[in-house]
Formats: sequence, structure tokens, C-alpha cells
Amino acid sequence: MTKRKLGRGVAVVGAGMSKFGAFPEKTTRDLFVEAFKDMRASVDKGLDANDIEALYIGNYSSDLFERQGHTAPIMADWIGLTPRPATRVEDACASSGVALRQGLLAVASGAYDVVLVGGIEVMNKLPIAEVTEALATAGDMLYEIPAGFTFPGFYAAMATAYMHRYGATPEALMQVALKNHDNGALNEKAQFNSTIAAVMEGKRRSAEKKGRPIPTWANEMEFLHDDRANPMIAWPLRLFDCSPVTDGATAVLLVSEEIARQYTDDPITIIGSGQASDGALHDRPDLTSIGAAKKASQMAYEMAGVTANDIKVAEVHDCFTIAEIIATEDIGFFEPGKGHEAAEEGLTTRHGPKPINTSGGLKSKGHPVGASGAGQAVEIFKQMRGKAGERQVDRDVDLALTHNVGGTGQTAVVHIYERK
Amino acid sequence: MTERAFSEHSFQTFLSEHKLMAAKCEGCGALFVPPRPMCPDCHGEEMAWVEVSGKGKLAAFTAVYIGPNAMIAAGYDRKNPYMTGVVQLDEGPLISAQILGLDAAQPEVGSIGTPLKVAFIERGEEEAQRTFLAFEA
Ligand SMILES: [Zn+2]
Repeated sequence: MTKRKLGRGVAVVGAGMSKFGAFPEKTTRDLFVEAFKDMRASVDKGLDANDIEALYIGNYSSDLFERQGHTAPIMADWIGLTPRPATRVEDACASSGVALRQGLLAVASGAYDVVLVGGIEVMNKLPIAEVTEALATAGDMLYEIPAGFTFPGFYAAMATAYMHRYGATPEALMQVALKNHDNGALNEKAQFNSTIAAVMEGKRRSAEKKGRPIPTWANEMEFLHDDRANPMIAWPLRLFDCSPVTDGATAVLLVSEEIARQYTDDPITIIGSGQASDGALHDRPDLTSIGAAKKASQMAYEMAGVTANDIKVAEVHDCFTIAEIIATEDIGFFEPGKGHEAAEEGLTTRHGPKPINTSGGLKSKGHPVGASGAGQAVEIFKQMRGKAGERQVDRDVDLALTHNVGGTGQTAVVHIYERK
Repeated sequence: MTERAFSEHSFQTFLSEHKLMAAKCEGCGALFVPPRPMCPDCHGEEMAWVEVSGKGKLAAFTAVYIGPNAMIAAGYDRKNPYMTGVVQLDEGPLISAQILGLDAAQPEVGSIGTPLKVAFIERGEEEAQRTFLAFEA
């Protein structure tokens, strides 16, 4: 295949997000406005909203979650940007990662100079059983779901294949949860803005208050092995291996590189983009990695002209703990089968050589599915510009990467960012 | 030979007759379970039905403790988990199916590779009656 290049340079000059969590009193419109304001506040030299020429909004299924279709023009209207073109992008949990790519391609093509990329999802309006049903439609409704698969079930099946081939243990998965909660504890926008130790302490206090026996976990690992505190969802995945059900919105401002300095003296350029598709899980020869993510990574690295060794920080799609381990291999940070050892050795912590999910990841920050991909770019924008506060990594982040997966890997989209 | 279209409807009709059928590409010989109306490997348009042996082995699996509504209706819950997985047929293709005959309450990663044979589960009554694909250890 010919090596592909963008038609012209494209920069991120603003990025923001709503608080992630469960907000019974809010709809996607409210959260998107919140994300837009946060994004606008991040534009160093200010943004006149009228500069925006088009919107690409990632949204998995407001239809099922909120009984509201046709959401992109509503978002444009709520921030006062009609009659500009507003396009909804749907690729399950990769919806806004793909919206980011669509925005990137639109600016690179020369069609627009300023594009707003958004992500929206409100999931908590439905009872949990209905959320499970809505998410299942991102799988194959004819051949996978009737077999009894659920989303945790798909990733659990990948986990068994991975554990069987490489000897990984449930404890390696637990390390991913511990790390991502440690990071999320430093992110005030995160749904679970607390360490697992703090979660344990909260449960002890609550038991004491209710006059119940106070749990006696010796440490986090004992807590994570407790079937009552951390129940099995789809073996070997437990509750703390799963990302939560989240309401949230994200917003990223893309502009052509030529005009980036009108908005900031510190733009972040997107130098690589890759996207790939695949069939159902059972259509793949290898169940221990996500082929579309490997392909998308390869495309992004080739376009950027850099390698995995050059990347300082990555946000990857940890919808489940096993997904993060597989992701770190698919983006080339670790050899196939070595990701679980890297997690256990702490190589992916904020202070390790390959920091992963400094935001807390989907696991702790939350996973409003259609908003998660653009949310990864929000964290990268902060880390690259040294504005991640307490969770800022202690090194110069000149190159970073985002890895966003839809479904079980029917879609994957990877971006590479450079600070010049 | 049969005239049935290479569709989910036909596949399901075969299942109700307790037959596991594959679509074979007349161009390149590739085999597809579930069936495809066009070959995704060579883009050929000539397909033929062939019955597969129904033998395979477990490639990946899980024991589901919180299932979808349909499985809850079938009697499964946290106290009675079920197994589902991906099965590689002896003929090559992989397919998702419920897994029977292994203890869902005591799953072990070592079960991967277990030889399995096709089974058919009947659920629902009258109009809602449907055959589900399963494999049994
Ligand atoms: Zn063919």
C-alpha cells in the first residue's frame, strides 16, 4: 500500500470535557455545552465560536440510551452554531475517535480551517439491564449475542485466550485497575476520582455506620479477590475489571496548522492517523490481540514517521483491564504476550517508562462510549502542554498516542500527536 | 443441494432441523459458518451449502454471571452462570456458541482446546420457539 500523508498540517488548539459520572438531571445537550465551555477555556488566545465551520460529533446510541436520534444538529444548535454542517459519527465505542479522524481529514483536505470534534453519551437514563442490551448491539446481533455473549463476556473470552497462551494471571489484570484508579484519583473530571484503597476505606466506613461487620481486607489485592466486594461479571473479569456506565461529553478544536498560532503559541499537531475495521470476534484468526488496532497503529506510525519507542505517553482503550494489556501490545509498546508482565512490573504507571492512561483511562475516568475517543485527546492535549496538574508525567512529552476501539475491535482508530 | 438463500434465515432453518451448515465458496473453496451470500475472501458470488462435521475445539470462553435478558429468561443468573465461547470447527471456521458440559461455576483456563461437538438448544414456545447453536464437551 502507498504511504499516505495528510494534505496539510492539522493542529489541536483546544480540548475539554464535561465531568464524567452519573447525572440523572442532565441530557447530552447539557453535557456537551459543558464540554464546549471547558474546551473554549483551554484555547490560550481565546476562541470566537463563530470561527467554527463544521462539527463532527461521535455518539454511539442516543437512540437507545435517550430515545433521541439525529443528535449532531442538536449539539450545533445548543452551542449556537447552526446552520453549519453537523455530522454524527457512529462506530460504537470508537465513535468520537473516528469523529476526530473525520475532522482531521476535513481540515487536511482544505474544506475547512476550523472544525469542532465532539463526543457525547448519556447512558444512565436506562436501567442497567437495558444498558447491557444497548451495548450488546455493538456486537453481532445475529450470531454473537444469541450465543449468550455480553460485552464483558467478549473481553473475558479474549482474556481466557490470552491467559491460556501467555500464562497471564487475574492479578496482572488487577494491577491495571489499581494503576488506573491511582491516576483517576488525580483527575477531578473522573467518575471514580479515588484510589481503590480509598474505595475500600469508604466501604469500611459505610459498614461501620450501618452497624455491620467491618471488612478486614489486608490490602487492595485481598479486596479485589473478595467475591462480595468485587463480584464476578464474566469470568475471569470482575466488577473492577470493567469500565463503568457513564454520562459525559468531550470537545476538541482542530484547526489548520497555518492558523494554529492565532489560537495558541503551543499547538499540538496530529501527525499520524489510522483506522481499520474487522468482523466479529469469531471471524478472527487470533483472539489474543485486536487486528484492527494493530493495523490502525501501523497506519498511524507510518504516516507520522515515528515508532512505538518514540511515544512518551498513550491513552488506550481500557474498557476492560484485559483490553489495556492487549492494547499496549497492539500499539507496539510491548511484544505480544509481554503486556501482562509490563503491567505487573509497573512499566505503565505515571513514573514508569511507558505511561498509559494517565487520565485514569475508561476504567476510572469513566466510559461514556461515544465520548471516550475524543476524551483521550483531551488528556493528551493536557499532558503534552504540561497542564495535567498532579498527574503530569515527569518528562518532556513531544510525542503521544491515542488508541480507541469500537466493539471488540470491529473498529479501531489510532492518532499520533506531536508538540513542536 | 438446496435452493436456500445464504442468509441468517436459512442458517436458522437448518439449525431448527439440527443441522450445522456452512457456505462454501465455489471460487476459492473457503468455508463460512455463519454463511455468507458473497465470498469475503475472493469476492466470488457462487456459494454452495455443505454440512460440517459439528466437531471442533474450544478457542476462547467465559462464564457469564450477569447475562442479557434472553439468558435470564432462560434461567441463568449469578447463582447459575452459563458458559459461552468461540469454537474452532475441525473444518477451520470459528463460531460463537453456548458451551455445555463444562462447569460454569468452576471455570479453568485449561479448558481451552477441549474437544466439543455440536448441540442444539430449543428455547421458547410455539411462535417464539427457536433453536440455539451450542457445543458440548
Ligand atoms: Zn472465495
